[in-house]
Amino acid sequence: MPVVDLKQVGRRALNGQLHALGSDTNQTLWRIENPEGQHALACGLNTPITVEIAGHVGYYCAGMNQQAVVVVEGNAGVGVAENMMSGKVHVKGDASQAAGATAHGGLLVIDGDASARCGISMKGVSIVVKGSIGPMSAFMAQSGALVVLGDAGEALGDSIYEARLYVRGQVRSLGSDCVEKELQDDQKRELRALLDAAGVDQAVQVEEFRVYGSGRKLYHFNVDNAADY
Amino acid sequence: MCGIVGLFLKDRALEPDLGALLSQMLQMMTDRGPDSAGFAVYGEAQAGRLKLTVRGQDLDSVAAPLGAALGRPVAAKVRDTHLVLSVPEPQAAAARQWLAEARPDLSLIGAGRRIELYKEVGLPAEVSERFGLAEMTGTHAVGHTRMATESAVTTDGAHPFSTGLDQCLVHNGSLSNHRSVRRQLEREGVDFATNNDSEVAAGYLSWRLRQGASLEDALKASLDDLDGFFTFVVGAETGFAVLRDPIACKPAVMAETDRYVAFGSEYRALTPLPGIETARIFEPEPAHVYAWERA
Repeated sequence: MPVVDLKQVGRRALNGQLHALGSDTNQTLWRIENPEGQHALACGLNTPITVEIAGHVGYYCAGMNQQAVVVVEGNAGVGVAENMMSGKVHVKGDASQAAGATAHGGLLVIDGDASARCGISMKGVSIVVKGSIGPMSAFMAQSGALVVLGDAGEALGDSIYEARLYVRGQVRSLGSDCVEKELQDDQKRELRALLDAAGVDQAVQVEEFRVYGSGRKLYHFNVDNAADY
Repeated sequence: MCGIVGLFLKDRALEPDLGALLSQMLQMMTDRGPDSAGFAVYGEAQAGRLKLTVRGQDLDSVAAPLGAALGRPVAAKVRDTHLVLSVPEPQAAAARQWLAEARPDLSLIGAGRRIELYKEVGLPAEVSERFGLAEMTGTHAVGHTRMATESAVTTDGAHPFSTGLDQCLVHNGSLSNHRSVRRQLEREGVDFATNNDSEVAAGYLSWRLRQGASLEDALKASLDDLDGFFTFVVGAETGFAVLRDPIACKPAVMAETDRYVAFGSEYRALTPLPGIETARIFEPEPAHVYAWERA
């Protein structure tokens, strides 16, 4: 198992080594030590490897991820797993703002809390937050699922197109055109599968969650609202 | 961009290390602000005396004539382009007047019982070195690394800004209504030394405090009156406060242990602190005032 000490090897060199791996590489488990909050670690991976980062990371960790599994053994800065396409990113601490922003696929699991704008403009990613999420989360979400075991901050799902937002705790307020819906059977199955994939205790029941989604009133321009713009 | 840092010590045993820790924190924020750097350190107060921080040249020839004019000895410490004068509190107004008349070439950039304030153009490491930040001691300090957007890269435009006794402000962001707020404050008698938007925020808070508001209430009122992007860290004689704008446009992370409370624009800024690995790390919520004070 390659162990990379970021104090010895710079971030660019590390990312270069990871990018150079072929899809048939035997070096499938990497360990990164002394990250010290540096930005853009393990970005742009496109190989089925696992990268464990021993500590807190800065901005855009595991951005644009494809295929790889990236585990952060600490907190993540702004934009973790931004624009992820596939694979899995697991943050064992808290995540800062815009976690999983614009991500198209894959699974983002955050064991702690995520702050503002979690899942902003999400486009198909699955996000499971075991703690709470901050204000303006899932802003303009387009597709995918956001699961929150704790509470959601103000203006959840503002201007949402489509996406399923499952929240177990309190929602401080819903954003424009985000509405509560009835939990459907297929959604219960999706939720159970996501909870299992994220390693959530079986004791957590899907019936404890409420689901929120698009009211679909903003899809078309409404002349009666012209004065509001 | 811009980087801001703050460190408030709970454990007196850390006080000798305040400057060294802040210096390292500032340097971690070089990427966010390579244009200029500055910091305010809250050190020991001397009973009955006020510290005036002055910036300029020919600083060795200030204390003696000022002392003669006041009829009282004036203690002075020169650090590169800055001079900290310690004057008897009752003579503070006379000292300010003497400085304005006899040494109009100098800028008075901070005053208070405990505050000392230093700022210069250059990389944070260079600025820290020039002023000997690593040797400074005290209870709390705030610092700033600047990437200029709203006004020129000059020492005048560097943070912190101090517009009241022992008060200072560092700002990450930009204000959009600073011209109109400035005009209102000028009518209220608030003086500004620069064209900088952040100085308007400092002046606004000083004006509210002068009207009798608590620091917390002054910051809450700023949410209604200041428009733009901001994370503020505000220093006062006994502590500091943090406020982010209502959409938390600018980053902020905090760490708290039994020994200190620390603020950084990014987690990286906090990595030099002892015990950071096990500190409680959290992000301040938007539009919520956080304040720490030492009794």
